[in-house]
Amino acid sequence: MSYFLQLVVSGIVVGSIYALSALGFVLIYKSSRVLNIAHGQIIASGAFITYSLTVWMGIPLVLSFALGLCITFFLAMSVERIFLRRLIGEPIISVIMVTIGLMSILDGIIYLTPFGTENFSFPPFLPTTPLVFSGVSVSWTQLVGVALTAAMIGGLSWFFRRSTMGIAMRAVADDQMAAMSIGISIPKVFGLAWALAGMSAAAAGALIGNITGLNFDTLHAFGITVFPVVILGGLDSILGAVVAGIIMGLIQQFAAGYLDGSWGLSSTGEIMPYLILLVILLFKPHGLFGIHEIERV
Amino acid sequence: MTQLLVSEVTLTFGGLNALTQVDMTIAPGIITSVIGPNGAGKTSLLNCISGFYHPTSGTIAYGDHDLTQAPPHRVSTVGIARAFQNLELFRGLSVLDNLLLARHRHLDYSLWQALVFFGKASQREAENRHYVEKVIDFMELEPYRKSIVGNLSYGVQKRVEMARALTLAPQLLLLDEPMAGMNIEEKEDIVRFILDLKKEWGVTIVLVEHDLGVVMDISDAIYVLDFGQVIGAGSPAEIAVNRKVIDAYIGEEH
Repeated sequence: MSYFLQLVVSGIVVGSIYALSALGFVLIYKSSRVLNIAHGQIIASGAFITYSLTVWMGIPLVLSFALGLCITFFLAMSVERIFLRRLIGEPIISVIMVTIGLMSILDGIIYLTPFGTENFSFPPFLPTTPLVFSGVSVSWTQLVGVALTAAMIGGLSWFFRRSTMGIAMRAVADDQMAAMSIGISIPKVFGLAWALAGMSAAAAGALIGNITGLNFDTLHAFGITVFPVVILGGLDSILGAVVAGIIMGLIQQFAAGYLDGSWGLSSTGEIMPYLILLVILLFKPHGLFGIHEIERV
Repeated sequence: MTQLLVSEVTLTFGGLNALTQVDMTIAPGIITSVIGPNGAGKTSLLNCISGFYHPTSGTIAYGDHDLTQAPPHRVSTVGIARAFQNLELFRGLSVLDNLLLARHRHLDYSLWQALVFFGKASQREAENRHYVEKVIDFMELEPYRKSIVGNLSYGVQKRVEMARALTLAPQLLLLDEPMAGMNIEEKEDIVRFILDLKKEWGVTIVLVEHDLGVVMDISDAIYVLDFGQVIGAGSPAEIAVNRKVIDAYIGEEH
């Protein structure tokens, strides 16, 4: 029983970070219908920026985490301003091509730095002895990671539900023409969507870095796992990203915990999420929370 | 007196001239209609005024504001509102929320004031709510106040579209075929709303409409477009006897 609970706990930890990673992706898709292929690179950059601030410049970890969020906020905003603003009104496929280019450029830049090839790990800043509740152990980093994820997701949902700007962003996602006609600036909304996406990606990156260590391949792989998560949740649903992220984390941990080693199987954690994704999509082609648009003709 | 001045506006898409050297003067407080066959450029002209398109050449001025290159969100802040021909509503929201959202630009309190929700913030929200209720009352939308817009009938949705434009408290209202696809009774309602708007609210109206009977009845001035050019302008009586206009509508005899 405690083995099962242990898997549930680690599944929720991994899953909540998937959710946070997927959140930024959904934000961009929801407001502008653009699939941001470079999302994994933004996640990795966030982690690396936080690491360089804290280890190389000696800023306390909490402060450099906050600073890292601010930097990626403005970084992602400038990416939108420089590369994507001029593409408003162009076919979506061209914009997606641009994000593929962006991915290559970011890859190139990361490989120029030591982060591209070497492994780093954050200095421990929390107690290293894990907390044990009746046989189930949780490390402090995991606990803080889940708490931070919950806080960020809660903060963003509050922003979308209550603030004028958040409501304006939802209006744009719903109907651009109507939003423009009531005085909402579309470029401003797109810029903010990218900025918030960059910020949440950086938070996810820094958390992964803290839990698993900084390795570009691992961070990159997180970026790729975002795709099954958002497809499962429905591309345009924030709630979907959260639920699907946690489902994905749980499936992975259960597969790795119960299937690996029996019948000569290994690495099932990598494959199972995709298998289950396929099965779910057979029955719910728009994802769990995606909008199924019915056009009246 | 001129409220809106469109001068020599030309709009081209590749090799196609949607509008050619269009001049239009809108006087305040009256109903100006724009008519013409399908594809004549009526909606393109409205799109230029409301900032969705920018003219290839020519200028658009609203009072002291130059709107030639203004984006749509700026056009709506100078006092021009628009109701779309194809419904552009937030379909998942109630009628009330759709209208409250249009008061967005009237929210000028800070984040801090919003958090405490006291003083300016609550006062503004109350004012907005009051204004929205006035519009709901005027457009006779009371029974649908809490209904989800997507579930309402087409005719009522058209009315919500017009109400949302009104909620922006415009001095100039652009109506793009507000009566398209409606039955006689619904049309009569809309005509009454338009006349009351002019008389009671003093709003200047630019109307694009296909129903010539309605246009001739309620317009103070009419512009006729054909193939992107103004082929006639004047009072309904003048338009009714304008040879070029009759030819465009009925076809020339050769």
